[in-house]
Amino acid sequence: MKIFVYIDHFKGEAQPASWEALGLAKSFGTATALVFGSNVDEVVKVALEYGADEVLLADDSALLDYRAETYASTLSALASSLSPDLILLPTTTRTRELAAMSAVDLNSNVITDATAVELRGENIIVTRPIYEAKLFEKVTASGKPQLITLRGRAFPKPEQQEGTASAAGTITKVDAKTDALSTVEGYSVAEVGVSLNDAGIIVSGGRGVSNNPSLQPPAGLDDKQAEIWKAQQGFKLVGELASVLGGAVGASRAAVDAGYIPYSNQVGQTGKVVAPDLYIACGISGAIQHLAGIRSAKMVVAINKDADAPIFKVARYGVVGDLFVIVPALTEAFKKKLGK
Amino acid sequence: MKIIACIKQVPDSEAKVKAEGGQVSWGDAPLVINPFDEYAVEGALQQKEATGGTVTALCIGPESAKEALKHALAMGADDAILVSDPALSNIDTVGAARILAAAIQKVGDVEMVVFGRQTLDNGSGLTPAQTARVLGWPMLGLAGQIKVEAGSAQVERVIEEGRQIVKAKLPAVVSVVQSIGEPRYPSFMGIRKASKAEIPVWSLSNIGASAPAPLVTRTELMNPPSRESSVEIITGESPAEIAEKLADKILAEKVL
Repeated sequence: MKIFVYIDHFKGEAQPASWEALGLAKSFGTATALVFGSNVDEVVKVALEYGADEVLLADDSALLDYRAETYASTLSALASSLSPDLILLPTTTRTRELAAMSAVDLNSNVITDATAVELRGENIIVTRPIYEAKLFEKVTASGKPQLITLRGRAFPKPEQQEGTASAAGTITKVDAKTDALSTVEGYSVAEVGVSLNDAGIIVSGGRGVSNNPSLQPPAGLDDKQAEIWKAQQGFKLVGELASVLGGAVGASRAAVDAGYIPYSNQVGQTGKVVAPDLYIACGISGAIQHLAGIRSAKMVVAINKDADAPIFKVARYGVVGDLFVIVPALTEAFKKKLGK
Repeated sequence: MKIIACIKQVPDSEAKVKAEGGQVSWGDAPLVINPFDEYAVEGALQQKEATGGTVTALCIGPESAKEALKHALAMGADDAILVSDPALSNIDTVGAARILAAAIQKVGDVEMVVFGRQTLDNGSGLTPAQTARVLGWPMLGLAGQIKVEAGSAQVERVIEEGRQIVKAKLPAVVSVVQSIGEPRYPSFMGIRKASKAEIPVWSLSNIGASAPAPLVTRTELMNPPSRESSVEIITGESPAEIAEKLADKILAEKVL
């Protein structure tokens, strides 16, 4: 089987789930990595080190910034002329759009957020969550090529063989399509730390992080400002634990809605669906939407002062207690045990 | 500016959704406007307030989906259109995009189409970009902020790495995320207006489209594996002791 694997990157920094897609492709057939951008030789090199059999490189100043239309047209043109059986992509904000558009061009469609992909004769059967992961469905697509976006961390990442790029596959330069309908005016790049999508460990805070009674907010703040100030102190504790564990910081919708932390940190229904190995919930009661967002977590640890909080129903370990005391103590314990 | 907000009706997010006999069941939970689409209506209304014009809510669905459209009307949309046809009961996202595009063309002179970023049911989030592609219009996806000026729209796209600021000429398709602002509550006047509204229903022949055959088909529907819910509560004499025990337990699970 002939498979295209789209390598998603931001300014030359690849989304790790791209390598997971490459690994899956290799288990089915030959993997052709597609790299689009401008001056992206490093991405090409790493794609080869992760096992790409060949790379198709569209390197053009018109592709410097991701834009849905140019990237989709470049992908569609390659797929039309080379007729792959399957196009695999990691699931990111960019690939969702570009795969969606290419599918229209190619008279096909996309199956997103795959958590499993199996071959049954001619058919490719994909498992994916629906209804906020309350259900899973198996679907198959009749278009060709099939386009599938893979959920991050659902598939094993292959070993990177550093220094093997020159001996490995071929690199072929291909044309970029430059039919842009929009212009990129700039970026404001957030200090995101470890991204929630790829995080093996997530420490999350909920509404409860603002309830530390022993804190005295600085003078001159109104009630709302004082609440947010207190919440920020609470999230500092959450962040310190995440940092010791090398993890990402998450939040419940309640904490985001209250203005404690940006939307990009939100886990759950209207935020991100995550799949870490370890999820530590601090002061999160566990609304059904939040629980749906962490269903794929391998292990949940809950710290909450309310013993009846629903989060304990999905937790492996729990502490009924004050997060402002337990979380820093846990940070200290890990510092000691991990030698940090 | 003539603005269309595309919405869908879905089971309430509090619903206990289950697989029963190969079908999706949500018990007696109500069907509501897709929560992400409330942000779309909010974003559309903000643009109407900023530039003048009208907001039309557009939905594909059965007769009962008029309730979702009435929610948009109660929030402040000027009018609503339901595209309904028995042949549309089993369409995929590309099919939905083709039907929406045909309806948008029939409305005519539309300058902006606003979507929520995904639906709660299928959740693939493909339809906005596919509608843009069918129309041949620019796609301004995942906007946390929209600014319209001199025939162009500029948005701040919320992406993994932060925000990307992108500008395109109108007409354009925009999808919005939560940062666009909390959806407004329906006003008393709005609810009264919505309850009296006669919502036109367009069939496939009305929009000059044929039933699109779905390319993606479901072969199986499954409930998720149930979680072992045997929580072990860690206790101790002091926070330090609890933390010590908990850290040991976590380390023993080899998840770090």
